[in-house]
This record gives sequence, C-alpha cells and structure tokens, in this order.
Amino acid sequence: MSTGYITLIVLGLCGLGFFLGRARALATSRATGKKLHSLPNYYGQAVALFTAVPALLLMLAWLFLQPLMIEGRIGGMIPDSVIPEGGAKSLVMADVRRIADGLDALMVAGHMSESDLDAMRADFTDVRNRLGNVGVALGSDVPVPVFEAAKELRKSQNSGRFLMTIAVLGLAGALLVWSWVRVHPDQRARNASETFVLSLLIGASLVAILTTFGIVASLLFETINFFKMYPAADFFFSTVWNPQFRGGSDLGILPLLWGTLYVSFLALLVAVPLGLMIAIYLAEYASKPLRAIAKPAIEVLAGIPTIVYGLFALITVGPFLRDYIASPLGLGTSSSSVLTAGLVMGIMLIPFVSSLSDDIINAVPQSMRDGSYGLGATKSETIKQVILPAALPGVVGAILLAASRAIGETMIVVMGAGAAAKLGLNPFEAMTTITVKIVSQLTGDTEFASPETLVAFALGLTLFVFTLGLNVIALVIVRKYREQYE
Amino acid sequence: MFDAPKFAETKVTNNDIKIAARKVQVYYGDTHAIKDVDVDILDKTVTAFIGPSGCGKSTFLRCINRMNDTIDICRVMGDILIDGEDIYDKKVDPVQLRAKVGMVFQKPNPFPKSIYDNVAYGPRIHGLARTKADLDEIVEKSLRRAALWNEAKDRLDQPGTGLSGGQQQRLCIARAVATSPEVLLMDEPCSALDPIATAQVEELIDELRQEFSVVIVTHSMQQAARVSQKTAFFHLGHLVEFGDTGQIFTNPKDERTESYITGRIG
Amino acid sequence: MTDLTSSGAVPAPRKGSLLTQDERTKRRNAKEARFRMMGLIAVTIGVLSLVGLLTSILASGLSSFQQTYVELEVYLDPAKLDKKGERNLDDIAKVTTFGYAPLIDAAMTAAMERAGVSSDLNAKAAGELISKEAPASLRDYVLANPDRIGETVSFDLLAAGRIDGFFKGRVTMASAELDRNVSPEQLQLAQQLKEAGILTTKFNWAFFTAPDASDTRPEAAGLGVAIIGSAYMMLIVLVLSLPLGVAASIYLEEFAPKNRWTDLIEVNISNLAAVPSIVFGILGLAIFINMVGLPQSAPVVGGLVLTLMTLPTIIIATRAALKSVPPSIRDAALGVGASKMQAIFHHVLPLAMPGILTGAIIGLAQALGETAPLLLIGMVAFVREYPAGPPEGFFDPAAALPVQVYNWTQRGDPAFVERASGAIIVLLVFLVIMNIAAILLRKRFERRW
Repeated sequence: MSTGYITLIVLGLCGLGFFLGRARALATSRATGKKLHSLPNYYGQAVALFTAVPALLLMLAWLFLQPLMIEGRIGGMIPDSVIPEGGAKSLVMADVRRIADGLDALMVAGHMSESDLDAMRADFTDVRNRLGNVGVALGSDVPVPVFEAAKELRKSQNSGRFLMTIAVLGLAGALLVWSWVRVHPDQRARNASETFVLSLLIGASLVAILTTFGIVASLLFETINFFKMYPAADFFFSTVWNPQFRGGSDLGILPLLWGTLYVSFLALLVAVPLGLMIAIYLAEYASKPLRAIAKPAIEVLAGIPTIVYGLFALITVGPFLRDYIASPLGLGTSSSSVLTAGLVMGIMLIPFVSSLSDDIINAVPQSMRDGSYGLGATKSETIKQVILPAALPGVVGAILLAASRAIGETMIVVMGAGAAAKLGLNPFEAMTTITVKIVSQLTGDTEFASPETLVAFALGLTLFVFTLGLNVIALVIVRKYREQYE
Repeated sequence: MFDAPKFAETKVTNNDIKIAARKVQVYYGDTHAIKDVDVDILDKTVTAFIGPSGCGKSTFLRCINRMNDTIDICRVMGDILIDGEDIYDKKVDPVQLRAKVGMVFQKPNPFPKSIYDNVAYGPRIHGLARTKADLDEIVEKSLRRAALWNEAKDRLDQPGTGLSGGQQQRLCIARAVATSPEVLLMDEPCSALDPIATAQVEELIDELRQEFSVVIVTHSMQQAARVSQKTAFFHLGHLVEFGDTGQIFTNPKDERTESYITGRIG
Repeated sequence: MTDLTSSGAVPAPRKGSLLTQDERTKRRNAKEARFRMMGLIAVTIGVLSLVGLLTSILASGLSSFQQTYVELEVYLDPAKLDKKGERNLDDIAKVTTFGYAPLIDAAMTAAMERAGVSSDLNAKAAGELISKEAPASLRDYVLANPDRIGETVSFDLLAAGRIDGFFKGRVTMASAELDRNVSPEQLQLAQQLKEAGILTTKFNWAFFTAPDASDTRPEAAGLGVAIIGSAYMMLIVLVLSLPLGVAASIYLEEFAPKNRWTDLIEVNISNLAAVPSIVFGILGLAIFINMVGLPQSAPVVGGLVLTLMTLPTIIIATRAALKSVPPSIRDAALGVGASKMQAIFHHVLPLAMPGILTGAIIGLAQALGETAPLLLIGMVAFVREYPAGPPEGFFDPAAALPVQVYNWTQRGDPAFVERASGAIIVLLVFLVIMNIAAILLRKRFERRW
C-alpha cells in the first residue's frame, strides 16, 4: 500500500477517533451522572491525537530507516568480482536499484508474474532486453549476483512496505481503542491533550537543532571519507587546484580560498562605504520624502534573488568591464572576472550594510548628538567623530555579517567570477571560489565516492566553519553593542 | 549648606548686557511654546530660569544657541541679540554661534572617548590649538576650571564614560569651557546628580561667573537661590517675572511667582 | 541691586562678529557640504544600481514575451504520413519527425508563391526559416488527429530562433554573414514574408506553458516545467514550514523556560538563518538523496531543503508577531479561567496571524528565488516531461524557475540569454505579487489596540 493511502487511512481513523471519543465522553457522563472534567471536544481531541500522531511518526521513521537497513544487507550480497575495474560498489548498487524498479514495472505492465520472477535466472533470460521494453536501459548484461541482489532488494522492499502498513495501521488502531477505552468523565482530557500538543511544539522546535546536526554530520562524515583518500595537508596547503577524472588530482584549497577572499574583499570595498554613507545620509540628512522613497528602494535590493544579480553580472556588468576597461587597458579579455563578481556582489550587500547600520546609528542616543552640536560641531564632524565611534562595534558587526554573506554567496560568483582556480592579483582575470567549486564538483559526472566529488564536502565544511565563526562573532558584537545603550 | 537658601552675591553693578531677547515666540508645530519673551542677560552673571515643568524654560534656553535648529518642527520668531548681533540672522552660522555659546545638558553625556579627547574635542574642531602642547594646556586649564583636574589627571586616557555621574557632568562642563565660550547655558545640570555632586557643580558655577555669562535652567528653587544673581520665572510659555534673585524670592511682584515660590503651583 | 533698564553699553564682540564667517568656519562648512554630497551620491548610486539592474533585465528579457510565428497551410500528405492508408496509429507513429520536414518545406514554397514572394533560395533553405521544433509539433498534431491526414490544415509554426532574433534586433545582416545557421538571403526572405503577413509576431503564450527545449531550439524553450516544479516546491514549503515554524515559535516564545537548552535553540536558529544556502544543498544531497534515497531533481527534495532554509525566517517573524500581542490579552484569557494553551490558541495566535502570514510569504518569496541548493540536488537536469499531478508528481523530475534561468545562461545560443532574462521577469513578477500580498496583509490587519 502506498504511503499516501496509509496516511489517508490514519487520518480517517483520527477523525473517527475524535467522534468516538467525544460521543463516549458524553455518553458516560450521562450514564454515570458525573460532570465532565473537560469540554467534550477535548476527549475527542485526545483520542484523535493519540491515534494519528504516533502512527504517522512511526511511518516517517520507517520510511527513513528501511532503505538504510535493506541496502546494507543487499550490499553484502554483491561480491567484489562483479564490480568492474576502476568502478565502485555504489554504481553497482545503483544498477541493482534500477533493475528492481524495472522488475516492478514489468509486473505492473503484466509481462510477468511473481512466480515467473522467482524462476527467472539472469544467465538464462535476456534480462536486459526485457527491462528495455519497459524503459529501463542497462549499460551491459546483468551478472547473476547483481540480478539476484535486485530480486532480493525488491522482495525486501515489498515485505518491508507490507510490514510497515501492518505496523502503522496496527499502532493507530490499537491506540485508538486504548485511548477510547480510557475516556471517562474524571479523565483530565484537556490536560492530556494539552500535554500532547506541548510535546508536539517542543518537537517542532527541535527541527532547528536537527537541521544543524544534519548539516554538521553530513559534512563531517563525508569530509572524513575524503581525508581517508586524500591527505589533509595537501588539501589545506597545496596551491594547485586541478581535478582529474581518473585520479591523481591536485585538490588544494588555497587558490579557491584566495578567490573567495578576493571577491569578498572587493564586494565589501563597494558595499561598506556605499552602505555606510547611505545609512548616514538617510538617518541624519535626508528629508522625509526622500527617505520614504530611497529607503525601500535600497531594501528592495535585498529582496532580489541572487540569480538575478548573477544574470546582471553575466549579461551587463561583465561585458561592460571587459569592453570598456579591461580590453582597452590590456588587462584581460574575460568577461567573467573577480571585479565583475565583486562589483555585483557589492551591490547586493549594500542593503545588508545600510539597514543594519541605520538601526545602529539610530540607536546612538540623541544626547550624544546634542552634546556635540552644543559644542559647535557641524553635522559631519558629529557623525565622524562622535556617532561613528560610538556605533563602531555595531557597524563592525554589520560588516562581519555582510562578509559572511559574501563568502557564502554562490550564484553571483558562479555566473560572474569564472571557473579557473588561480592565485593572481589582476582583478580583471577570472578566478574561482569555494562555492563555485562545490557546485561544479557536485554537479559533474564524477563518481560519488571519489576524492574529486567528496572534496566538495570538505570545501563545504570549511565554508560552514568560516561563516559560522563570522556570524557568531558578529552576533556577539552586535548584542553587546545593543546592551550598551539599553 | 543646604539648610537655608543663601543668596549669591548680587553685586553686579557694572555688567554689560550680553544677551537681549525681544518678543521671542517659539512654535512646535502648532503648539505655541514660548510667548513674547523679553529678557536681558548680563555678562559675568548667573541667571536662573525657573518655573514648573513644561513652562518653556528649557525651550527658551535652547533658543539662545540655536539648538532648536536640530528639531524640524520648531520655529523661532522675534530677536535674540548677543553682543548686539541677531543670532537668527541669515548670515549667522549656528556652528560659530555655538562656539561662543556653550551648553551643558541635563544628563551627563560624555562621548565614548577618553577624558582627554572629550575635553579636546571642541578645541580641535574649532582649531583653537596650534600644537599638541597648546592643546594639553587647554585641556588642563579646562579640567582645572571644572575642578576635575586632580581626580582625572592620572587617567586622562581612560574613557569618560567610566567616571561617576558628578565627575561626568563636570567633564561635560570642562568640555564646554574648553572652547572658551562667552556664554554658558546649563539645562538642569544637576538633576541627574546626587547632593554631594550637586554641591560641587554649584560651587563650580559660582566660579565660572568670573569669566562667563551663565544661564541655568533649574527646577530647584534652592539651587536658583544659591547660585544665581538674576532669576526669571516662566509660566505656560510666558516670562512672568524677571529680576534680582533676592527680590524674586523674598518679594515677588506677580502673584503667580509667589504661588510658585510658596509651592502652590509647580 | 542694579537697575535693569539702565542698560550697559553694548560691548564689542570679543571674538569677532557672528555675522561674518571666519575662514575656518567656511572651510568646515565646505567640508560639511562635501560630506553631505557624498551621502547623496551614495544614495543615488544605490538607487541607480537598482534601476540599472532592473532595466538591464527588462531590456534583454521583455522581448521573450513576443515570438515570431509563420502561418502555413500544410497539406498532410497521406503518401508520406500513412503509406498503408489504414490510419493505424502504430503505423503513423513510425514516421519520424524527419518525415514531416518535407511537408513544411512544401507548404513554405506554396505560401511564398501565393504571397508572390520570390527568392533564390531552394525549398529546403526556405524551410529553414521554420523552427526545427515545428515537425515535432506537426507530428503530435497528426498523432492526436489521424483523421485529418489528407487534408490541408492551417498551422502557426514557430519561426527559427535566428529569424525571431532578426525581428528582435539580435541578429543582423552583418552577423548573418558570419553565422552558419542563417544566411542574409534567409533574412531578406523573412522580411518579405513579414511584409506579406505570413510571418507574424504574437504574444508568446508558449513561453509560460512549453517545457524546456534543446540547445538548438531556443525559440521553443518555455517555462512550463519550471513553473510547475517551483509551484510544487512552494506548496511543500508552505505546508511544512508554516506549521513547524509556528509550533516551534509558540513553544519558544510562550512555553520554553529560560535555560541553557532554549538558549542553545535560539542561537541555533539565528545561526541557521545565516548559513550559506549552498550548505543546505549539500545537506539535501547527503541526507535526502544519498541517505534516504529520494529521487534526484524531484520537487520533494527541493521542497524539503527549502523548508529547512525558510524555517528560521518564519520562526523569527512568528516570534516577533507573538511578542507584539500585548500581555493584557493573555491575562484577560487566563483571568476567565482558560488554560495557557487555550489562551494562546484561541486569542494570541489569531491576533498574531497577520504577522505570521506576512513572515511566511516573505519566507516563501526568498525560497522561490533560491538557486544554489537546488543545483546540488540535481534540479539542473534537462527535463522535458511535465511532472504528474501531486502528490506523485512531487517525486517526478522537474525544473525550478531560478534554476531554469541558470540553465539557460549556460547554453551557447545567445537567444537563451533573452529567455533567461524573460524567465527572471516572470520570477520577479511572482516575487512582486507575493510581496504586495504581504504588504496588503500587513496594512489590512494593522494593529488595532
């Protein structure tokens, strides 16, 4: 039975439980003459919750764990002899999965029955051809152990699915009966259902923790795999990035790190002065109508998806810089360059710097301004010598947050900075960044279990640690700053 | 010291008129905050503005160095002359005016800088010192004049915000004095201070009178009596009575003044 | 006692008159003006960047909403399409698109004759004015209506990408000289056909409904699959992140005790909001695809990843909305004997709902434009099949709007740049609609206490 149907049935039981529980509460109350502790609906609600929630959670867990357990066992069935030279087990497992799906398709199309399948042997029938008929194309003939593994996988999946149906529906039914029997006028149904709801709320708040845990775990796990295949020292200290399809790659992070920092630096060079001046002007000088137009306009920049900036870099800024600056000066001929990406990313970061700085500048107490004006300072002197120094920690926090954005930004650099890993200084040259290489290594055709793919996880982990560090420092600084004036 | 209001010396015979205000009106949006105020403030004299809260005394004080300019909705009409020059004249630059008319605020507001930099801020922006030695001298002189030198001389490089409230207020006075103004406006300078600090500041005010014309807004009548030679009583935006402090407190001419002094309105 | 009225003489100012500015003040004021001007310039640059960004996208993308079509009377020749003449679908299906191309060439020649347009080009070269996609759509039509074989049917066929580009100014006579795919003679012919009314430019509905097309057929590429894919993902994000986010916020804001554990959760959420989006893509790849075994390129994976990304936004917005409900409302409910849970669900939550929904829409808008994580979970794949209806369709391969944009920018033919910009405009229109909805919601339910 498909998960959709199971869910529907469980929800049906849940609705049924609500009415049964409510009815029983009213009936027992009438019969015993006792007043209900809670409103009748709460009795129904308690029964409904007990029926649906554990069963659905069980189903989710099952769906999550079953593939892990079955694949582990099936993987053991595949002897090393069928793994092609230079290939990996994961590829064979992918074949196994596709054959199993193909067999299902054959079954549905009515070309074959269960008993046919049991009798079917890879060495006697042309499996490849028959699967081809239902749209499953295989690269080569199927070795016997692989076919057997596929049959076994199919069987385990089917029986697993069957067991799950029984277990989930059984649990829902059992809890429905159990909680229905417990319905009694003295039962504190409201408290029971509220405790239940509260635990759901707690569960929801744990999703955030689980996400972080998932991020860290997945990054760490594959990074460790990577370092088993590729020496960590080379990764961190090699200045060459040169992945090869057939092993022997140089995977040094330094050129990527350099590109990342160079682009981010240029972006901040654009965004920080502009963002700060905008914040200052809007907070201290601008007339109300100007502020009413300019502030939202600047903030719109923050709501535009980065792909739009990427396209802007690709079709407008890149060619412009190449044709009007780089080429005439003989500095480069590439339209994707560090400067293109830096400039466009700088525009993207303006609102981050300006709106945070605006908040921070406004948080500087008016008495500071009065003190300075009272001494005969001009507005700009007051801003430069009193307000900015007072707001400095907060502004630094804002800049760090912007820096972390810049380092983690992907689409603009993918479309604007180029793909060549280089350690250079010329801003009109194409260079590449950590995020660009994560994308290219994970969307390429290389096999998953190779260092060339796994390096993306090590890059991801580096990126995560970098940005996390910047964020934490920035948040601490900003929080400290806010406390200072509260 | 606090037992009976003592009157400050009132020998102000030959002092010149430093500030003359004529028919001053102030509007906050539609609110008429100051109505027809005429007053003459003498040089080397402490003038106190008293009155119930919201009577306009602080507003009027802020007109004298055009601090009200920083508030968009505030409009000032009438004439305020300092040394015979209309400070609301178009040719007058408020920046230059404020160098001449210093101000000390209700709450101590030292900048988040070192004590030295706090005091040196004014001289620096107005270019009063040519050399570092000049600046050092100005800072020392100002801190001495604000009676803070002995406490602060060993910690000049520490932040001004680290001082106690009374010290902070004296630092603000030193900061104001450092630009060598001719008039010093003080907006309830002691309202955030404890009695001991208040006494120190009051003593200081009396000494400042040797060189400056001091205008102080206060809602403590004792304070007005202790430090000022002249007192102006404001009520609902009007200047009700202006005269020698002794006369205002002992023999007020207007019955509103009397009611306020005796505590019936306030 | 002095007599006040016996005013002293007005003294000479000690430091020079206030009415004249000294040199230093002039310099300082000039500096002030410069600083102010710098601020104004910064604001101008900021606003101009926005204008430049939008103009550049609009300028290169608006033309994708127009498309050049060729109106042809095509004779569905039974001799070519159904040699046996039995109208058996299996037989008709054996004729590939190559079999249809001559029909179009013939129809083109006939149309030229009828319109009195002459050209030195042979029939095949003239037929190249029509998109390579046209035979395929012709074949689809015949397979759907086999009984029309033998008749002459009028079709609006797509013009080739270069011809379309010619009328949009992208292709010129000069560029055609150097182009292998089109010749100046073909362009001249196109111009004549246009004057004869055979070639027309119409609103490009297919852009919104057609699936992606291959590298050589930019004129046929559309956003159909991408729009469906994005819609599916938004549906998943909304259904998952709104309840989860609201539940988590209610717990954190109303029930959670203040201790290290809840502190940890809070720090966690604010950090999650700042984790680079690509890291979420890695998470999706490692957990949802490699570990759980969900299919690549499927909206369900994209939806899950985007849900995790949107959660912090929704939680932060919801908590702000809950916080803004005055405590008096809670007190009032508790005062009449409601439990805390009842007070929150019956009174606080409904009042906070506009704020929550506004936050949710803004979160959705962010998710809609997100590209990087989707690249990693395989949404860049070339998908021509429409996904099935939900919920099975959630597991079918699909594209997504922003990824489609990226995809098109990676193609060789410059016509795809126009398509990509057009797709961005569609994306931006969706975002504008969502944001306007959020603003209206906020305005409509402005706090009334």
